[in-house]
Amino acid sequence: MAAMTKRASPWSWLWIGLGVIYFFVPLLATFEFSLRAQKGFYSLLAYQNALGDPGFIFSFSFSAVAAVATIVFGFLLIVPTAYWVHLRLPRLRPIIEYITLAPFVIPPIILVFGLIKSYGSPVRIFGTPVLPPLTNTALTTHILLVAGYIVLSLPYMYRAVDVGLRAIDVRTLTEAAQSLGASWPTILFRVIFPNLRVALISGAFLAFALVIGEFVLATYLNEPAYGPYLNLIGDKTYIPEALTIVTFALTWFAMGVIQFLSRGAPGQLVTGR
Amino acid sequence: MSKAISIDARDAPLVRPVPRTISWAWLGVVPFFLFAILFMLLPSLSLFVGSFQDKNGAFTFDNIIGLFRPDILNSYLLSIEISAVTAIGGGIFGFLLAYAVTLGGLPKQVRTGLMTFCGVASNFAGVPLAFAFIATLGRAGLVTVMLRNLFGIFLYDTGFNLYNFWGLSVVYMYFQFPLMVLIITPAIDGLKREWREATENLGGTGWHYWRHIAFPILLPSILGTMILLFGNAFGAVATAYALTGGSLQIITLKIGQQMRGDVLHNANLGYALAFGMFVIMALSLLGYSVLQRRSERWLR
Repeated sequence: MAAMTKRASPWSWLWIGLGVIYFFVPLLATFEFSLRAQKGFYSLLAYQNALGDPGFIFSFSFSAVAAVATIVFGFLLIVPTAYWVHLRLPRLRPIIEYITLAPFVIPPIILVFGLIKSYGSPVRIFGTPVLPPLTNTALTTHILLVAGYIVLSLPYMYRAVDVGLRAIDVRTLTEAAQSLGASWPTILFRVIFPNLRVALISGAFLAFALVIGEFVLATYLNEPAYGPYLNLIGDKTYIPEALTIVTFALTWFAMGVIQFLSRGAPGQLVTGR
Repeated sequence: MSKAISIDARDAPLVRPVPRTISWAWLGVVPFFLFAILFMLLPSLSLFVGSFQDKNGAFTFDNIIGLFRPDILNSYLLSIEISAVTAIGGGIFGFLLAYAVTLGGLPKQVRTGLMTFCGVASNFAGVPLAFAFIATLGRAGLVTVMLRNLFGIFLYDTGFNLYNFWGLSVVYMYFQFPLMVLIITPAIDGLKREWREATENLGGTGWHYWRHIAFPILLPSILGTMILLFGNAFGAVATAYALTGGSLQIITLKIGQQMRGDVLHNANLGYALAFGMFVIMALSLLGYSVLQRRSERWLR
């Protein structure tokens, strides 16, 4: 803002130019390569083969469902907590914030082996087994996977919700709803959630981008997800490149939606591995 | 409790501080804390405990001592080096980009475009990223081939190799510098115009302004963000795995091998490796929060 009147320096253009090259060249190269499945001319054969493979369809839907479960359960956990902390327990805010940042210290590889060690053998409370190993059945493994994904996306989802709650007048909305005789579930689901729409959608797409290609948790929990599938087909030719472009397009789509929704709000903190 | 109520009352006299509700208010955060304990604290603790146990669960220091085996120390070192190199490189390049779009006088659309691309690129990691770079700088990659055919430069004869340390660094940079741009741009936005005007009124030049005001103010943010980048690279697994197939022994791959792996695997040593990694990450986050507090003094 400070330099509205200043002319663009050639240096600025140089850095941007370099950034653009770094960004687009690998994509162009991958795209070009993915088109060469048939000798002599460009074709979309690799895409046909890649998208038509039952393995792709299965693993991709698996990851998509996992992403949706992460988003739904993640928000069911985070929104009421963040709301309640804003309204009644502001003193807890630093602690909650600290906890939501903890996943930065627990990389996926640590998290997954922590989960396997804790829940991969009979779960005991003071020596008495109360649950069989959660990794024994498909359903309980899925639960572990989604719980792990919620942990990984916690920083982003919580941040999105927190920013959203700051922007609305939580207290007045709650007061108004209470004066009209609304119960707590009504307040949450019919007042707070709808008012956080934009924040929720942003957080949801972030979580989606994070979960869809996730590799570590899925691999070590032996889940048939898209990330491990991508690695599995890595020794084929043309198909991995085609799927890279597809995955990239999906990430771009998710980020585009977030960007579109949060116009004017600078510096959305996003990352993934 | 009474302190909280008085803060509430001052902020918004409308809220009714009903004592009964206040005293049970903590119940509302129980699910969250339960989740945090079950899926964050407990797994971390179990790894911590596991790193002091042998296969039969008896107490031992062997795993911790095992951390100092030369091959393991090398893995830690390799991970630290690659994270540091890409954090510093990505940090500098990301800062220059962020500076170009905030103060460099570029059209506003450039900034919007850059921010979107950074959001995408910082999320584009893992297996697909490795594929993209193999198609670009691999032995049959587009750039490799073009350099050979157009300029007669044989990239792999110049010492470059996508599958070694520097190659992996080049790949990591793809998600490192966009993350820097995303985090540092708001900090640069936070520089107040008055500070520059004050410098000019006192007869200072642009160099003075940067040397004595803007740079010192931004430095904690820059270093803090670089630490985040460090952690970001340090925890990465999939990119290196897909790119090198495990031949480049960064610590995360080493952990995977010890937990699940070939004949020689030893899960308890794996727990100790994870614990060591956790310590490094925790130290870097500590550094981050110290720097963050320093930068908040001036920015915002």
